Amino acid sequence: MDVTLTVNGAQHDLRLDDPRVSLLDALRQHLDLNGTKKGCDHGQCGACTVIVNGRRINSCLSLAVMHDGDEITTIEGIGTPDDLAPMQRAFIRHDGFQCGYCTPGQIVSATAMLEELRQGWPSQLSDDLKNPELTDEEIRERMSGNICRCSCYPNIVDAIRETAEGAA
Amino acid sequence: MRPFDYTRAHAPADAVGAEARIIAGGTNLLDLMKLQVETPDRLIDINHVGLDRVERDGDGLRIGALVRNSDLAADPAVREGWPLLSKAILAGASAQIRNRATTGGNLMQRTRCYYFYDIDAPCNKREPGSGCGAIGGNNRQHAILGASDHCIATYPGDMAVAMSALDAVIEVEGPAGKREIRAADFHRLPGDTPQRDNELQSGEMILSVRLPAPLGGRQIYRKVRDRRSYAFALVSVAAVVVMEAGRMATARLAFGGVAHKPWRVPAAESLLTGQPPSPELFDRAADAVLAGARGQGHNDFKIPLLRRTLGAVLAEATQESK
Repeated sequence: MDVTLTVNGAQHDLRLDDPRVSLLDALRQHLDLNGTKKGCDHGQCGACTVIVNGRRINSCLSLAVMHDGDEITTIEGIGTPDDLAPMQRAFIRHDGFQCGYCTPGQIVSATAMLEELRQGWPSQLSDDLKNPELTDEEIRERMSGNICRCSCYPNIVDAIRETAEGAA
Repeated sequence: MRPFDYTRAHAPADAVGAEARIIAGGTNLLDLMKLQVETPDRLIDINHVGLDRVERDGDGLRIGALVRNSDLAADPAVREGWPLLSKAILAGASAQIRNRATTGGNLMQRTRCYYFYDIDAPCNKREPGSGCGAIGGNNRQHAILGASDHCIATYPGDMAVAMSALDAVIEVEGPAGKREIRAADFHRLPGDTPQRDNELQSGEMILSVRLPAPLGGRQIYRKVRDRRSYAFALVSVAAVVVMEAGRMATARLAFGGVAHKPWRVPAAESLLTGQPPSPELFDRAADAVLAGARGQGHNDFKIPLLRRTLGAVLAEATQESK
């Protein structure tokens, strides 16, 4: 089964012999992009978050064959050690991690989350559903799909808030 | 995960009547396939059949089955005219899941009963005739209304609870043609066939959901759960209340987390309609909602929890001004 994925701007033609390959496993095992992490593999932890056609999703809960023609951004496409993205620098500055396993998912998710906010998407905390503001409570609500077992949440919130304010 | 054949549909007609399991967002189905709770031989992918728009339909809206939950919640027309629906969707799952999950798939999601998920446990829904592990077992999340001796699972969703309160209509197509099912009638009670979650027949597919004209008034979705985000409802209340001259001209209520389907009680709504609000009246409405309610042990708390949540929601919905 042939699948074409555009990952971080580069086109990849994959031949999958089994449709069971998740998008996550395709990225990690077929394209050697190991930055995206497998945590729970059931959509609960968010470590596998990638951006598909502009939207953050759990790559573990999607089959690679369902993404033929899609454009995907992984943590490797957000920034590199030599050229860190503002969100990555902010996570380092604020010590927004301990073991680091959830961090790629946190950073990819937060990057997409700020874009959702720019588009005016409401959350369950947005009272009038119309003019959401990025309070700390909103950051926590909008990031609830990313778990950090080291519980670095206060520093993650600081890093995201600073990045959002820097971009404003 | 068991092996399966995968095909891609290019139009709804490719999937209607197909002898295959339909996959859309896949956020629930793939999870269940990994656990071998679901073991389809064949999947048909409907992500490329269209049906992905929210369109005006007279005074109402028609929502395509493939509209993503996040798009539906953020849709300007929905936020303006049917805020209850936006609020219910945003109360469910995580942003990542809502970005992928679809309107039709959300309606088709299966229970989160622990015994349904554990393939080594008895479960009449997963394996008819094997028994029910939740009756006499761990049943904190389970039904207090409409359950049977065969199954006490709950329908886990939020979106459908709002759709039930809003009198939405689900448009489906099968080999015999198209038909409509009221959202309030779409999900079933377990009875002695708990393996059937809803009224969809073999070969039928959800095409769209129609919302009738906006009701206005105050629209509240309150979801009570173990943590404030990304958790299933213990009890949820969807309410639409329109006040006129100090009385409730319209009162619509639906409840989640308490039954095998979104729970709607016309008698409770009639009791409120035309009346001035009062705590005593709200309590009588709760009596009507809870008629026949029965706890299973661990979930006994849901009975007073529903009463208090309903009282709080109605108090908020009927207060003079914010």
